[in-house]
Amino acid sequence: MEPSFLVIQSLNGLASASSLFITACGLTLVFGVTRIVNFAHGSLYMIGAYTAATLVPWLLQFYFGPVTFWAGILASALVVGLIGVVLEIVLLRRIYAAPELFQLLATFGVVLVVQDLVVQIFGPQDILGPRAPGLRAPVEILGRRFPSYELVLIAAGPIVLGLVWLLLRKTRFGVLVRAATQDREMVASLGVNQAVLFTGTLFLGAFLAGLGGALQIPRVAANTGMDLSVIAESFVVTVVGGMGSVPGAFLAALIIGQLQAFGILIFPKSTLVVVFLLMAVVLAIRPYGLFGRPEVVGGTHAVGIVSRKPRSSDMAVAVIVLALLACLPLVADAYLLKVATEILIFALFAFSLQLLIGVGGIVSFGHAAFFGLGAYGAALGIRWLSAPMEAALPLGLLLAAVGAALIGAFVVRLSGIYLAMMTLAAAQILYAVAFQWVEVTGGDNGIVGVWPAEWASGQTRYYLLTLGLTASAVLVLRRVIDAPFGYALRAARDSEPRAEAIGLNIRRHRWLAFILSGAAAGLAGGIYAFSRGSVDPSLLGIPTSVDALTMLLLGGIQTVTGPLVGAGVLHALRDQIMPLTSLWRLFLGLSIIAIVLIFPRGLVGTVGHWREARS
Amino acid sequence: MTAPLLDVVNLSAAYGRARVLFGLSLHLDPGEVVALVGRNGAGKTTTLKAIMGLVPATAERLAFKGRPILNLSTYRIARLGLGYVPEDRRIFTDLTVEENLEVGRREARGGLSPWTPERLFRLFPNLAEMRGRRGNQMSGGEQQMLSIARTLMGNPEAILLDEPSEGIAPVIVQTMAEAIRAMKAEGVAVLLSEQNWAFAAGISDRACVIERGEIRFQGPMRDLMADAALRAETLGV
Repeated sequence: MEPSFLVIQSLNGLASASSLFITACGLTLVFGVTRIVNFAHGSLYMIGAYTAATLVPWLLQFYFGPVTFWAGILASALVVGLIGVVLEIVLLRRIYAAPELFQLLATFGVVLVVQDLVVQIFGPQDILGPRAPGLRAPVEILGRRFPSYELVLIAAGPIVLGLVWLLLRKTRFGVLVRAATQDREMVASLGVNQAVLFTGTLFLGAFLAGLGGALQIPRVAANTGMDLSVIAESFVVTVVGGMGSVPGAFLAALIIGQLQAFGILIFPKSTLVVVFLLMAVVLAIRPYGLFGRPEVVGGTHAVGIVSRKPRSSDMAVAVIVLALLACLPLVADAYLLKVATEILIFALFAFSLQLLIGVGGIVSFGHAAFFGLGAYGAALGIRWLSAPMEAALPLGLLLAAVGAALIGAFVVRLSGIYLAMMTLAAAQILYAVAFQWVEVTGGDNGIVGVWPAEWASGQTRYYLLTLGLTASAVLVLRRVIDAPFGYALRAARDSEPRAEAIGLNIRRHRWLAFILSGAAAGLAGGIYAFSRGSVDPSLLGIPTSVDALTMLLLGGIQTVTGPLVGAGVLHALRDQIMPLTSLWRLFLGLSIIAIVLIFPRGLVGTVGHWREARS
Repeated sequence: MTAPLLDVVNLSAAYGRARVLFGLSLHLDPGEVVALVGRNGAGKTTTLKAIMGLVPATAERLAFKGRPILNLSTYRIARLGLGYVPEDRRIFTDLTVEENLEVGRREARGGLSPWTPERLFRLFPNLAEMRGRRGNQMSGGEQQMLSIARTLMGNPEAILLDEPSEGIAPVIVQTMAEAIRAMKAEGVAVLLSEQNWAFAAGISDRACVIERGEIRFQGPMRDLMADAALRAETLGV
C-alpha cells in the first residue's frame, strides 16, 4: 500500500471526524445539562442540511462568493438553533423529570413529526447543495487530488472545539452550564434560573446540529434518511466519549473517523461493525465511556409493573378471550384475519419487551434486533438450508436467543441511558449487516419465498397457528413474571444495591431475562416472516424497535396486559389511518408525544387507575 | 414587634408517603443566629430543604421578608436573598474555586456591603491559596468553606446552613465558627442545623429543638443551656 494512499485515507477520516464531532458535540452538551438524550438531534441536523441546501443557492443568486456561502451556512445553523429553542420550550421542558424511556420516546416522536414535515416543506426529492465558491478546485497532496472543501471541514472540527471550549471556560454562561451538568439542584439553590440555562443550551446544541448538517451540503445531498443515520453515529460518539463530555466526543469522533476510513480496508462491507466493536470494547472496559462519569441519579428512574397478586379471575378472562379469538375465523374475512395475525405477532413482540422494561427496568431501545434475528433466522434456514417451516421457526428463535445472549452479556454491565444506547447500536449494526451483506441476506431486497408449510398455509390456519404460539409464549412469559425470577428482576429494577445485598446476582438475572425476551421476540419475528413470505432489513430498523415501545407505552408500561392491548390498538389505528393520509408519521409522532405528556400510564393503566380511584 | 425575616408556621413535608415534618413552626429575625438542633433523623435537613422548595411541603405560612415563598421555585427563593448551604456541600468538583464562586454571584441588595471573592478570601484564607484548584482536589473542610463562600457570593440576607461542622477537622470547625460570627456582624441572619452541640451553643442567639418533625423547645440559647434535663432527653447531651 502506498503511503500517499494512507495519508489520503487518514485525511478522509479526519474530515468525517470533524463533521461527526460538530453534530455529536451538540448532543453531548444537551445531554450534559438536561440529562435528556435528544433523539431529535439527528432531525435538527437534517433540517440544517435541507435549509442550507435551499437557502445557500438562493443567496448565491444575489452575490456569488465565499462570504455569501458561509453566511448562508451560519444562517441555516441559526434557524435550527431557534427550532431547538422552540423544542425546549414546547416539549423538553415538560419531560425533564420523566423517566428516560419517556424522554427517548417523546423525542423520537419529534423525529417522526419532522420526517413528515421535511417532506411537506422541502419535497420528497434529495437536494444537492452548491459547491463552496473558492473551494472548487482539488488540491494535490503527495501526488493525489484531494477536495479542498474537505480540508476546510478538517479545520472546522478543532475550530468548533476551541470555540465551545472558550464558551464553557471563559463565560458566565459556560461556567453555569458546567455547574448544571454536575448538579442542577445546587445551581437552582444558588439562584440560577435553569429554564434560561436549558433554553440556551438547547439553542447551542441545535445550532451545532444544524451547522453539522449545513456543512454537508457540498458533499452529500440532503435526504430524508440522514436523520437516523447521523443520530446512530452521534450516539456512538457520545457514548464512547462519555456522555456530556465535549473533549470525549472529540476524541471519540477522531477514533471513529479513522476506524471508518481504514475499516473499509478490513471489512469492505460494513464499517459499522468496526465501530460497534470499538464501542463494545470501550464500554466493557469503561462502562461510562472514555471521559464519562458514573451517573449520579437520585432514586430509581425505572417505571414498571408494580407488585401484583395474580387474581383467579384473570385466568378465566384469559380463557374467554382466547376462546373468542379462536372463533374469529368463523366471522372474519381473509383481510381481517391477516390484520389479526399481525396484531397477535406484535402483541408477542411487545410482550417480550415488557419483560425487559416493565419487569426488569432494562430500557432496551433495540428490541427489533431480536425480532429481526428471528425473522432472518427463519428465512435463512429456508433459503440456505432448505429447512421446512417446522425447523426454520425454532432456528429463528434460537438465533434470536443466541443474539440476545451475546448482546445481553455486554449490555447487562451497563445501566440507564448507556444501556439504551448500546442496545440501539446493536440493532443498528445488525441492520447494517442485513443491508450490506448482500450475498447472504439479499441486502435491501431481503429474502423472499418464506412460505409456511402446507398444513399451516391459508389465512385461517396460519392465524390459528399464530394464536397458538403467541398464547403459549405469553403464558410462559407471564408465568416467569409471577415467579421468583420475576420478583428478583423487579427487586433489581427498584433498588440495585438492596437486591445485591440480599444476595441476588443481578447481572445473571438480567442476562437470563435478555435471553428469554430475545427468544420470545425471535419467535414473533419468525412467525412474522412466514406470514409475509419475506424478510427485509427494515425488520431490524429503529422504527420497528420504536413500534414495540409505542405499543408498550400506549397500553401502559405498568400493566401486564398493556402491551397486548397496545399492540391491538396501535395496529388497528395504523390499519385505519395510514391509507387515509400521507402524514401517518406525523400523526404517530404527535400521538406518542401526547401519550407521554398527557397520560403516561397508558390505556390499561389509566382504566385500572380510574377503577381503583372509584372503588 | 417587627415581622420576622423568615417566618415558618405549621410546616409539613414528606418523602413520598413517609411524612417527616409535622406542622413545625419557627422564625428567624434579621441578623440573628438560630440553631436548629436535634438528633439524627429528627428532620433538620428536611426543614431547610422544605424552606428552599427542594422537597414538596405544605404550610400555613412560609414567608421570607414578608413574601410567601411556598411553591415558589428554588431559584426565585434564592434570588429573594435566602442562601442555602447543603449538608453534603455539593461543590462543583469540575469547577475551580473561582468558578464555583462565580456560579453563586448575584447582585448585592440594598443595605449590605457586597461580598466579593477578595473579601471571602480574607474570611477564608485557605481558599485564597487555591483559587485555580478544582473542587475534587480539596479536603472536606476546604469544600465546606467554599460552599459557604459560594452562597455568600449571592449576597443573601439570610442563610440556611446545614451541618457545617460535620466531618471536618476541629481546627476548621473553629474557622467555621469565626465565619458565622463574621456573617452575623455583616447583618446576615443564619439558621444553623447542627448536631455538634458545643459548636451550636457557642455561636447561636436562640435555639429550636426539633424532635420527630416537631419543635420541642424554642427560646434563647442560654435557657436551653440551663435546662440539662431537656437537653438530655432531646439531644442526649
